[in-house]
Amino acid sequence: MEALGLLLHGFAVLLTWKTLLLMMVGLVLGIFVGVLPGLGGPNGVAILLPLTFTMDPTSAIVMLSCIYWGALFGGAITSILFNIPGEAWSVATTFDGYPMAQQGRAAEALTAAFTSSFVGSLVAVLLITFLAPMISSFALKFGPPEFFAVYLLTFCSFVGLGREAKHKTVISMSLGLLLAGIGMDTVSGNLRMTFGSPELLRGINFLVAVIGLFGISEILLTMEERLALRGHAAGISLRVVLGVWKDLPKYWVTLLRSSFIGCWLGITPGGAIAASFMGYNLAKRFAKEPDSFGKGRIEGVFAPETAAHASGTSALLPMLALGIPGSGTAAILLGGLMVWGLNPGPLLFVEHKDFVWGLIASMYLGNVVGLVLVLTTVPIFASILRVPFAAVAPMIVVSCAIGAYAIQNAMFDVWLMLGFGVVGYVFKKIGIPLAPFTLALVLGNRAEDAFRLSMIGSGGTLKVFWSNGLVGSITTLAILLLFWPVIDGLLGGIGRKAAGQNGDATKG
Amino acid sequence: MRIPVKAVGAATALLLSTPALAGWEPTKPVEIVVAAGAGGASDQMARMMQAAIQKNNLMKQPMVVSLKGGASGAEALMYMKSSEGDPNKVLIAYSLIYMLPLSAKIPFNWRELTPVSVVALDQFVLWDNSAGPKTVKEFVAAAKAASAPFKMGGTGSKREDHVLTVFLEQKTGAKFSYLPYKSGGEAATQLVGNHIEANVNNPSENLEVWRAGQVRPLCVFDRERISYTTKVTDTQSWADIPTCKEEGVDVQYLMLRAMFLPGKVTPEQQAFYVDLFHKVTQTAEYKDYMEKQALKPIFLTGKDMVQFLEEDDALNKSLMTEAGFVAK
Repeated sequence: MEALGLLLHGFAVLLTWKTLLLMMVGLVLGIFVGVLPGLGGPNGVAILLPLTFTMDPTSAIVMLSCIYWGALFGGAITSILFNIPGEAWSVATTFDGYPMAQQGRAAEALTAAFTSSFVGSLVAVLLITFLAPMISSFALKFGPPEFFAVYLLTFCSFVGLGREAKHKTVISMSLGLLLAGIGMDTVSGNLRMTFGSPELLRGINFLVAVIGLFGISEILLTMEERLALRGHAAGISLRVVLGVWKDLPKYWVTLLRSSFIGCWLGITPGGAIAASFMGYNLAKRFAKEPDSFGKGRIEGVFAPETAAHASGTSALLPMLALGIPGSGTAAILLGGLMVWGLNPGPLLFVEHKDFVWGLIASMYLGNVVGLVLVLTTVPIFASILRVPFAAVAPMIVVSCAIGAYAIQNAMFDVWLMLGFGVVGYVFKKIGIPLAPFTLALVLGNRAEDAFRLSMIGSGGTLKVFWSNGLVGSITTLAILLLFWPVIDGLLGGIGRKAAGQNGDATKG
Repeated sequence: MRIPVKAVGAATALLLSTPALAGWEPTKPVEIVVAAGAGGASDQMARMMQAAIQKNNLMKQPMVVSLKGGASGAEALMYMKSSEGDPNKVLIAYSLIYMLPLSAKIPFNWRELTPVSVVALDQFVLWDNSAGPKTVKEFVAAAKAASAPFKMGGTGSKREDHVLTVFLEQKTGAKFSYLPYKSGGEAATQLVGNHIEANVNNPSENLEVWRAGQVRPLCVFDRERISYTTKVTDTQSWADIPTCKEEGVDVQYLMLRAMFLPGKVTPEQQAFYVDLFHKVTQTAEYKDYMEKQALKPIFLTGKDMVQFLEEDDALNKSLMTEAGFVAK
């Protein structure tokens, strides 16, 4: 196979002490920027990009992609330890990762997160290696109706599959959609809900909201309840790591399902965030005891992390083959490529074979080296929980504030973040789920644009969402998921009747 | 008290080495502010300048690219406006400095910033899918005959791409449904995927898909053909694309690419950047970039630049008014 030969050639180029060293440096820097909430992948890579200008393209891209891997790995750390997602797609990781940390299983949760990231990325890289040309043509099939259908699917799966009260999910989602509308409306070119304020022009930044909603509100709750982080740094040893790995095969369905969702959404640009939520919801849906999710179930860490990283990795494919970045970080990498005269596009795979395969080889290596590196640092990160809350809390607040400020260099965002902290606190108190809110805030705009572009393109008929097999099946699936509780009830009714005749076989 | 001492120190150092230069130099990293998303034409140009400056040691302080594409670029404009007196920020501007204040009533006026230099002029080309009509005439005929909406993609609403679409409609009598995308890159892939019938992208935005044979340039919106004759695809160079006027559609539009400092900076600071960007236009990186992306090289500064801006502003205003895009 041609792909294999080229890949081996790529490995040969990379396996030198110098490149391995660059990899380590890149990974450590990446983990560092990933850990700081708000600084996150895109900003971190942007800051470090000029470092690579003086290198040759291969070394530079190896270093950059390793920063990218490091940031991907690092984003999980704060989500699990402090309930503060470092990257948008780490939000779903907090649902079960944070409760695990509170139960003293931080090391287990971190190991699970890193391992599943590794699995997700690996599946995606394999996909890129063997299916690159086919996949890029698949991504081209996505026009506005298809994009809207995917977003609709994500929203519907939330309402239909979520365990929270449906009306609370819808309330939370609507509020998110409302806030997503603030700022410039690309379709009409007019400003909305800015009330003449130049600060609101930019709209509400998703990360600012997330840092406040999750991080600050958690600090408020902890202060009110007990002034102590509930997590105890458990004995961390190789045993924990091996223990998690030994259990890994049990969850192969979850891992495979999440990898599939991740890859699929990753190659449709902008799908990485949707992927992590969808991976989580589906794992919950198909679990034997869905109620145990959100209370510290390891599967709840496996599912979103695998999906997020499969999509984070496969997002590089549309970036290379089509020039559309699938995530913020990929967008900065794109800028980096152009500096070396490597213009992403259909011809990159033909004209710069060496570079492309070097990059793919570096994905394999970077991933392996990254896994080893983060696993060895788990004890260090997990031991942060041993520090008394009174000492850690101010540091978390400061780092949240820096993070919120750094996103757009705006002091207004720091106030906004604090405001969201209070909102998050109130939501938690009255039991309104935060996840649908954040999801709507991040996807609301894109969903709206996609819908309106579909309407302009079709002359205003909804039939466009069933105009071909692809969009039709996604839309139908979305509607099925929305009414899933009803459908499930009907099917369950039939199922119970059948089971009733054979005695109560399912119980016990 | 430390900063002035440092600045004086830097200034004397500079005076000693190059006495002809004005006595000011940045004392902290310089931010090059991009009023568009990652990977767009402005971003690419900013990265080229960043690399050219760093590789040729044109400035002691590093240059960082800061993407402020929020609110269709309005974020960058407001950011520059609020950075009055800060000589460590340079905006890489394009026609949005005239258009956004008109269409979205953004409280911004380019006259509040300090002009540095115009560094290039960007072209617009009418493109269709390579499976679509082969000439402008066939294209217009197809648009007129279409029963479903004939879709034209572009960047943003009530901006240069949208204006060009309106003028195409006026001159040809065809009707288009304009689909505003977030970036030129998106408009390019949507054209390749056949989700739209055409776009009016800048050469740089469609270059790669043209080379891959997925789109076809129909005509360029300029008085004369593009001057670059090196083959871009197997058979065609930029110079082989006819002008729209040659093809019977008299629509012309060129877009400036210019550098601005925030308002209220000192003449020495302004002089430093005029000199810096003049040096950038002399580098191999810049020349290479101009040719590759089919930009028109130009260097205007001082009075010439202001005169150019005033004329360009008036022209854009009349186009926007005629297209009906000025907010009341």
